[in-house]
Amino acid sequence: MRSAVLSRLLAQPLTRIAASVLAAIVLAALLVPWLSPYDSYTPDFALLAHAPMLGGAHVLGTDPLGRDLLVRVMWGCRISLAIGVVATLMSVLIGVSWGAIAGYAGGTTDQLMMRVVDVLYSVPFVPFVIVLTVLFGRGLWLIFLAIGAVSWLDIARIVRGQTLSLKQREFIEAARIGGVHGLGMIRRHIVPNLLGIVAVYATLTIPAVILFEALLSFLGMGVQSPMASLGSLVADGASDMQSHPHLLIVPAAFLTAIIYAFNYLGDGLRKALDPRGQR
Amino acid sequence: MNSPPSAEPLLQLQDVSVAYPTASGAAVPVVRGVNLQLAPGEILGLAGESGCGKTQLLLSIIGLNGPHAQLHGSVRYRGQELLASPLAELNRVRGARIAMVFQDPATALNPYLSIGRQLGEVLRFHGGVSGREARERACEMLEAVQVGDPRRRLQQYPHELSGGMRQRVVIAMALMASPEILLADEPTTALDVTVQSQILRLLRELRERHGIALLLVSHDMGVIAELADRVAVMYAGRIVEQAGIDTLFEQPRHPYTEALQLCVPSLAGPLPQRLPSIPGAPPDPAALAPGCAFAPRCAYRLALCEQHPPELLEAEPGHWKACHYDQPLGRLRDALT
Amino acid sequence: MSSAAPARSLLRVTGLSVSYRVRVGRGRAALLHAVRDVSFELESGQTLGIVGESGSGKSSIARALLRLIPASSGQACFDGQDLLQLQGAPLQRMRRSLQLIFQDPLASLDPRMSAEEAVSEPLRVFEPALSAAERSARTLAMLEAVGLSARYLHRLPHELSGGQAQRIAIARALIVRPRLLFCDEPLSSLDVSIKSQIANLLMQLQAQLGLSMVFISHDLAAVRFACSRVLVLYLGRVMELADRDALFSAARHPYTRALLQSAPLPDPRLVRQRPAAALGGEIPSPLAPPSGCVFRTRCPHAIDRCAAQIPALRRVGDSLVACHRAEEIAAATLTSCAPPGR
Repeated sequence: MRSAVLSRLLAQPLTRIAASVLAAIVLAALLVPWLSPYDSYTPDFALLAHAPMLGGAHVLGTDPLGRDLLVRVMWGCRISLAIGVVATLMSVLIGVSWGAIAGYAGGTTDQLMMRVVDVLYSVPFVPFVIVLTVLFGRGLWLIFLAIGAVSWLDIARIVRGQTLSLKQREFIEAARIGGVHGLGMIRRHIVPNLLGIVAVYATLTIPAVILFEALLSFLGMGVQSPMASLGSLVADGASDMQSHPHLLIVPAAFLTAIIYAFNYLGDGLRKALDPRGQR
Repeated sequence: MNSPPSAEPLLQLQDVSVAYPTASGAAVPVVRGVNLQLAPGEILGLAGESGCGKTQLLLSIIGLNGPHAQLHGSVRYRGQELLASPLAELNRVRGARIAMVFQDPATALNPYLSIGRQLGEVLRFHGGVSGREARERACEMLEAVQVGDPRRRLQQYPHELSGGMRQRVVIAMALMASPEILLADEPTTALDVTVQSQILRLLRELRERHGIALLLVSHDMGVIAELADRVAVMYAGRIVEQAGIDTLFEQPRHPYTEALQLCVPSLAGPLPQRLPSIPGAPPDPAALAPGCAFAPRCAYRLALCEQHPPELLEAEPGHWKACHYDQPLGRLRDALT
Repeated sequence: MSSAAPARSLLRVTGLSVSYRVRVGRGRAALLHAVRDVSFELESGQTLGIVGESGSGKSSIARALLRLIPASSGQACFDGQDLLQLQGAPLQRMRRSLQLIFQDPLASLDPRMSAEEAVSEPLRVFEPALSAAERSARTLAMLEAVGLSARYLHRLPHELSGGQAQRIAIARALIVRPRLLFCDEPLSSLDVSIKSQIANLLMQLQAQLGLSMVFISHDLAAVRFACSRVLVLYLGRVMELADRDALFSAARHPYTRALLQSAPLPDPRLVRQRPAAALGGEIPSPLAPPSGCVFRTRCPHAIDRCAAQIPALRRVGDSLVACHRAEEIAAATLTSCAPPGR
């Protein structure tokens, strides 16, 4: 069954392109320390803010401090993807548990848990992060926390809705007669049957998180120099936009490509998992 | 249109086949070369289990198999070929001359339209009559299907009606354009027994009063026995036996027909310790054996059966069977006692 | 396995009522009485059939006794305990003795669980001390007992036919050796040629394991084959309760008679001999049941008294009947209403 989903997924040409682009970027970002003669910190004083040059020493040029832009962008991808994946995993973990427990328990527990979600929903995100940075200082962990605190809410809502409809299914009743109850029911029967929709939603959450992080970094509340994410690279590039447009265009292009690819992948996954989508 | 000689059947199916393409490329045959005739005013029962192709055969008559189906053969209504007809012509026949009653009355009606509107639409589509005339006709038809207080019903919506009432409305809808043939796909399966017997009685009366011919598809030999004049039994896309109702029940000549009758518990007669049963399960139409499709489950299997599919031949006047075994049946019945 | 004396009743249900709060229209709620004041006994090793049309409350009885839905009143004495009062650990222990087989086997199996996981799950829960080897041995033995082989162990529900899935569901229900098995329309969704296989299997397993069964069905012929005692339900109330032979040869209640007359007969000659079924109308909404006898709106014998007074379940001949006019009707129609024999 799983391989059927995979083959249906890869049967869609756009999804196949998206998957290849993503695989290439992820691979390059992972292997950049070994692939490149440069690291992301050491400046090349001979070539400050150099324009891209095919066949030259720095293919995509350098930044005003003389650091290789391609390498910087790859390191940026590394950070952005890591944040995207880790924060999404976190939100999936919290969101699925929260939503499945609320939906399965029902009644007052459900009401209370979902009101918590509603309250968190209504917290304005950017001011919230500003307050956090004021209180705790800036840092990578804060970004995880801030993004994690928000992005699980959607998953919790979706999972709760699905759980409510799963609960009506006969096999859940059959499991109760077989003695399964409480957390065992959630773990053995509810969650495995939610995985399809959660996989789709998680694939769509990763780009949202990456974009969130880019926004925070662009506003100066995210990743701090000399570390770079795609967001902070775009922010740096924006300040030199007029004189050195490549500093903005290159990281922005990578950011766009990653987000586009994830969105197509998520969409393809949804089509592949939907049995009505066949034929 | 020229009027055909009276000897010609109302509906004639010749060598009809339906297949569906699969992802792997090979087409899966669900109906394999079926010949059938329906005379005016006749009730023909089409019996078989799920997956035997009976519904697909029914749909092929009105061209509703869906865009992927591969149809072959010939379906003639009063001599007019339907399978090759362009859509516009098919639409004229479909609904007006040949109407269909589906299994589940809950899904056959549009929940957002009143009963009167849905009944009227049939006429507006086929007859071009005024709204007032359509309403009159709708009232008449609701009376014909024994719905009490038809004027009030016209204002109601499907959810306000009970299951049996909805099925009556669905039948009334099929009757709006005064069809000559009614195709009924398991018309009572979704209903309770007491309501089922009401609907069966209604269908019988429709034939008696309006001379409507009925092609009745059912998995339930009881329902067929209640209504049909003639029965065709289908298995794995083929007709395996066809005979008048009494002959078929008294003297089945195909082992599958015999088993179908005996393996359901009955309300009368001695109680067996065990029910006779057919071993195995119906075959997958995508993986049919070369010989007779029923051979693997058959109590009378001969060596011949696994190589050559038997043809449907007339064993005696009006009684057709597709089986190599020529002796009288009875093993299953004997096993009962 | 079971050493109970044959005459002792295994389950005694008294005054069971089940009601649901349902939404009618916008925001308004109403109480729907699905089951009202139902009492019956089930002897060890016997099969009780519960017959009724949809909406008669027959599934609600099973679900209330299995504690899947709450009962609003009544007692159900099983093994010296009241099933309806059990909570917590004793309830969990009791679950093991009561199992259920559903109408649609495919819907009752978790789509992501293989046959092996599905069948062994109750063992995992009720006998956690069992070693993995013992568990898989018992699973395989059970699979073989329902007529499947090791080949099916790793199949997912969508890779099974309806009959195979129902066998898996039966194996799952019986693997913990329950004493009482509820079957909710176990044959209805199966193909004709599979029905008799599963019916025979159930009967054979019942005899082998000394099971008691509650067999819920709308199919009178299946009930006649499977059950020793039959309860006829209409709009949540018991109309008639009798031994099989008494019920099928001399039904006392007008509703039971109507049911018997309405059942399609797989024999065209019998169809022609049979009197035209007289029952019109349909089962009324359980939200607004008729006053007095709930069946009176469709009953050909209804009189004024039927609207005023709820008939009590009382002994008439060999049956318990809830009808004011049971004796008159029995006297007027001496011949049985069952179809003539072959």
